[in-house]
This record gives sequence, C-alpha cells and structure tokens, in this order.
Amino acid sequence: MSAQGVDLKKRRMLITATAGVGAVGVGFALVPFISYWQPSARAKALGAPEEADISKLEEGALLRVKWRGKVCWIVNRSEQMLKDLKENTDHLLDPDSEAPQQPDYCKNWHRSIKPKYWVAVGICTHLGCSPTYRPDVAPADLGPEWKGGFFCPCHGSKFDLAGRVFKGVPAPKNLVVPPHKYLSDTRILIGEDAGGAA
Amino acid sequence: MSSFIQWIDERFPLTKVWNEHLAQYYAPKNFNFWYFFGSLAMLVLVNQIVTGVWLTMNYKPDANLAFASVEYIMRDVNWGWLVRYLHSTGASAFFIVIYLHMFRGLIYGSYRKPRELLWIIGVIIYLAMMATAFFGYLLPWGQMSYWGAQVIVNLFSAIPVIGDDLSVWIRGDYVISDATLNRFFAFHYLLPFILAALVFIHIVALHKVGSNNPDGIEIKKGPKGNRWSDTAPADGIPFHPYYTVKDIVGVAGFLIVFLGIVFFVPEMGGRFLEHPNFEPANPLKTPPHIAPVWYFTPFYAMLRAVPSFAGTQVWGVLVMGASIVILFFLPWLDKSPVKSIRYKGMISKVMITLFVIDFLVLGYLGMLPATPGRTLVAQIGTVFYFLFFLAMPIYSKIEKTKPVPERVTQ
Repeated sequence: MSAQGVDLKKRRMLITATAGVGAVGVGFALVPFISYWQPSARAKALGAPEEADISKLEEGALLRVKWRGKVCWIVNRSEQMLKDLKENTDHLLDPDSEAPQQPDYCKNWHRSIKPKYWVAVGICTHLGCSPTYRPDVAPADLGPEWKGGFFCPCHGSKFDLAGRVFKGVPAPKNLVVPPHKYLSDTRILIGEDAGGAA
Repeated sequence: MSSFIQWIDERFPLTKVWNEHLAQYYAPKNFNFWYFFGSLAMLVLVNQIVTGVWLTMNYKPDANLAFASVEYIMRDVNWGWLVRYLHSTGASAFFIVIYLHMFRGLIYGSYRKPRELLWIIGVIIYLAMMATAFFGYLLPWGQMSYWGAQVIVNLFSAIPVIGDDLSVWIRGDYVISDATLNRFFAFHYLLPFILAALVFIHIVALHKVGSNNPDGIEIKKGPKGNRWSDTAPADGIPFHPYYTVKDIVGVAGFLIVFLGIVFFVPEMGGRFLEHPNFEPANPLKTPPHIAPVWYFTPFYAMLRAVPSFAGTQVWGVLVMGASIVILFFLPWLDKSPVKSIRYKGMISKVMITLFVIDFLVLGYLGMLPATPGRTLVAQIGTVFYFLFFLAMPIYSKIEKTKPVPERVTQ
C-alpha cells in the first residue's frame, strides 16, 4: 500500500468510531463486575423485619435486638428520664429532630411512637461504633450535667436518652430511629411500619 | 557454562539485564545507613508474600470459621505460630522500614528533579501497602478487625449524597459481614502482587535516573572514569558486588531485630496485635476503645482532630485524605537550590526535626482515647503537618544554604 492512496480523514473517523464503540462495550462489560459487589439476594432477605418482645423490659433497662445485622435498642424510659428529655435541650445540636433521622411519626420530643419506649439503631452517626448505654445520672467520667444517655467510646460522641446528639461532639446527627410498629402492647416489629417494609 | 549462558543470551537478554541493573549499574559510592531500607523493604515484601501464601493454606475466609482457623494455625499447625507471627510482625516491620525509607528520601531530597516520578511511584506503593494492610487486618475476624473495618468503611459514608450507597457497595451488606470478609480476603491476596509489580516499576524508574546520595550530587554530571569503566561516573561503584554485599549486612542486622520481636514480643504489648483482637468479632458490642494499628494512627489522629460542622463529618475525612495526597506534590514544594539536608539551611533542619516529632506525637495520640486536651494537641499537630509542606516553598527558598561540593564526600 502506498501512502498516497490513504484517506487520512476517513482513517481518523474509523479510529474514533472504533475506540468509541469499544469504550461503550467496556462500559457495559463493567456493569456485572461492579454490581457483583452489591448486597446479594440473601443479604437483602436477611434484612427482613425483626420482632421484639418488650413484656419483660424493666423501667430504665435496654433491650438489644439485631435487625439487618445492626444492633437495635429498645429503651424503657422512666418518668424522670422523660421529664429530663423534655426540659433539658440547650446542649443539643438538633433538639427538634429536624434532620430526617427518624420516620415522620417519631419526629417529636421523645422520638418514638409511645413516649415510654424508644427504638433506635444503636450505631453512632459518626463512624459506626455502638455507643454505650449510660443511664446513670452525673457519673464521674461524664460530669455533673449528665442526665443519662449514650456515650460513644470510640470518639467521645454523646447522645441523650432519645438519641439526640450533643453540640460539639464528632457525631453530626441524631441516632437513627428505624421504621417500626406495635403488633400489640408488648410486641414491636422493627423494620416495618404502617407504610410497609423499610 | 559460558556456552549455556550464550545459548540463553541469544534468546533472552540475561547478561544484558544483569549488567545494566547489577554488575554495571553504577551507584554513588557514599551510601550510608539510610540506604539499607529499600532492599529491606523488598525482603519484607517477599516475607509477607511467602508467609501469606502459606497462611492461606489453612485460613478460612468465612465469618463463622475465620477466627477459629487463625487459632488453629497458631496451635495445631506445625510451625503455624511462626508463619503467622512472621506475617503479623512483618506487617509492622514493613511500615517501619518504609517510613525510614521515606525519611531518607525526605532528608536527602531524593524526590527532587529528575526523581519526581520515582517519588510519586513510591507514594503509590505506600498507598497500595496501606490498602493491603487494611484488608488484611479484617481477616482474623477479631473485635478490633471488625470494628476497625466498620469505622474505616464508614469514612466513605461521610461523602455527601452517594456516601451511604457507596459504603453498602464496599461492604456488600448493610454491616461488615461474611460478604465483606470474603472480598477483603480476595483483595488482600491480590494486592501484594500489584505491589510487587509497582516495586518493579519503582526500580525501573530508579535505574533510569540513577540513585541520589547523601550529598544530593548528580554523579552522572560529574567527571567520568573509574576502575571499571572509562565512561561510568567517577563517583560510582558497581551495585554488584559492592552494594549487594553491603545490603547483606543490613539484612543480617534487620533479621536479628525482626526475629527477636517475632520470637519474644510478637504482640509488642498490643501494638502489633491489639488485645481486643483475641476476642471473636461481635457486631452487637463495640470494644471500649477502638484504635487502628500503630502505622495508621498518625492519620487517624488527624481524622479525629477535625470536628464535624455544617451537618457533616466529611471534613475530617478530607483532611486525612489530603495528608496523603500532599505527599504527591512534595517534589514541587521544595524550592531549595540544594537537595540534601547537609547543605540546606537551619529552617529546613528545624522543620524536618519538628515534622518527625509531630508525626510521632500524632501516632501516639491516635492510639489513645480522645480527650479535649489530646484533641487540642492533635489539632496543633495536624496544622503543623500541613504547614511543613505548604510553607516549604517559602522557607526552602529564603534560607541560606551551604555550597555543595563538586564530588561526593566520604
């Protein structure tokens, strides 16, 4: 082949078209490899709602339930605890739960359906540690202002007994309240509410 | 023998490669103690790959079996304790050696022109090392494995908009689970081979530009002619046998210390193998204090030092990322007319000393639980870390440097 008969314009067009079609093909070929990393059908199935029996949950106690592999808490809050929640809000970052960290029916001062029982995902909104339940009032390590709440051992974030985050701690948001509903007075279903499964 | 070599040479450039990279590769004759750590890093990489492959022969990457299989290796497999401790101590040794190797580059200006790309490849190797170590730390499936991975993967969920989906995609589940363990194992097995390939590229780049030396003088620009060749740099000596023999001395010294640790203090008081990791992973219970292994703690301290604001904690993640990314720009931040610390001025010497202290202090703070006082120190340390780099174009330019000799010193 001599160089004279070469149509450079056509050659460039062909190279561009080939590269372009090839890139699209690579893009499609990547889809299965990327999607492969998503939670499998089994992992999704294990995310089914979880039922909890609260009939034996004493006042001030905390029950741990596993939902989607995450720890969930159910706390039975005393009258004094609820009184503190309502009146003691100056140190909180988002006392009225403006950020969508809970279903609409839990956007209230007690962040729950019934004031007494509070359901939450027990994972810190900072980097995913599980905060420690500290219902004791004014312990030595947390100071005289402490009315009971949750303390994250990893990075020192503090939350009150409705999972509302304190100001000036690493965690940016209140703890997550999962969708849940009462099946009866003593049974709670976590992961599903009147609107259907989460 | 020579006819056999000749048969090979006609089909593969064996003698050519041997000469170009060993027997007739002329390295500056004034290498000192700090030049041991490149070859030691390769030794540790080989150790990690060999012991790692042996460990996989008994390890089970399964959330129900992993912890017990590691204990099985430790107790029941012949010499399993040795292979496992060589691997776990080797991980820490790798980082010690690499930090000293990077420090050498820092003080002698080995990142300066024409070695910018060599430095950049090195930083990429460092990143690949960190990824490998992170993936590997999940595999014993202890409490610290689990919660450490939980914290680090959640760093990605701090990214606005796509963060939560991204962290689910990385984990393959809504929490760290069997799916995560399995894929981390796959990456932990894959990455060392990529690391070995990167080391090869690092050496190709090194042999293109030639080694720097403690004086920061380009021997290729100096006079020519030495005992072996009229065209080779006068200040160069053949890598083999001169530096291969020197490196063997380094290897002997290193092995005495390394095996001393493997035999007598493999856990290093909870520094190399953290105490909570002797308890199986429990998704329902966070250990009272989570800290990464020591080699990540300087960066972890910087992550924690930055408070969240504007409703997101992405800032700490960005600062931590920037603390690594800034290393890529080092070749262009140093404006000094000289390369080596030997001829730089007082400001550079003070800054490098403070930088080393700062890095150690941050590393120490990263191991401890956060308190307001410690967070303040970490914040000052973080500011200085960046100041060291960002102010370098100024202080490296204005300070008074010493004259650089024509030839390397003894």
